[in-house]
Amino acid sequence: MKAAVIVFPGSNCDRDLAVAFREAGMEVSMVWHKETGLPAGTDIVGIPGGFSFGDYLRCGAIAARSPICRAVVAHTERGGYALGICNGFQVLSETGVLPGALMRNAGIRFICRTEALRVATADSDFTAGYEAGQEVRIPIAHHDGNYTADAETLARLAGEDRVAFRYADNPNGSADDIAGVLSANRRVLGMMPHPERACDAALGNTDGAAMFRALAGVMAPA
Amino acid sequence: MKARVHVMLKDGVLDPQGEAVRHALGALGFDGVNGVRQGKVIELDLAEGTDEARIGEMCEKLLANTVIESYRVEIV
Repeated sequence: MKAAVIVFPGSNCDRDLAVAFREAGMEVSMVWHKETGLPAGTDIVGIPGGFSFGDYLRCGAIAARSPICRAVVAHTERGGYALGICNGFQVLSETGVLPGALMRNAGIRFICRTEALRVATADSDFTAGYEAGQEVRIPIAHHDGNYTADAETLARLAGEDRVAFRYADNPNGSADDIAGVLSANRRVLGMMPHPERACDAALGNTDGAAMFRALAGVMAPA
Repeated sequence: MKARVHVMLKDGVLDPQGEAVRHALGALGFDGVNGVRQGKVIELDLAEGTDEARIGEMCEKLLANTVIESYRVEIV
């Protein structure tokens, strides 16, 4: 159970994500964006939040074309796991690994607060530790989290049960209240809220820990 | 040679920034502004004779996110 956390210039949740993986029992390595390959035996790639490359051009656009992202895309094409949080979700959408795009929040403002989410499906290795319909409280901190996709894509995501989380009270204008989406093989999750910031009782909220525990369970050697 | 790439949100994609600008214009007393769409202009300084198809590829691969944006290339 090896996790690789990608670090871009401007990433700022990379160490928090590494701690969350490690606390769940995974072995974690940090991988700089100029690397062209992932460490051997990587089971899951974590793409952290932050402001990679200063959000120049579009959020996640430059990071998505970095050398390491070619390796990340190849990893997902082989059926490898990936978790993109906040800027990491923007990066995964820019690579095309996940459908849709994240636009400026409908209310224009940067929003930093804890939001109630509904677990939309428990049918994934990311969400298997929750009950479908369960409400969890997870922090958000973003300016560009307004999920957008064409009607056909939204219908497909709903029809294939690929919406992982929905906002209980949509803060940013996201289509269909979407806070996180899964890939077709359910092994890639992109979400704007930060489960890694809700994993330690000392921080007052452990609602995110079940995701990392469930992942670690799946990847534990038989 | 130089090329100017105009990137705009596609029709039908709500532009929250354009909307905010429209409201601000109204607050300044500019009536009759029915809509504002905000985009970006990217100027490319290119080797002479660069193929226009090549510029199109740059737009598709990086300069525009064609999920939400359209682009137009102008050779100047």
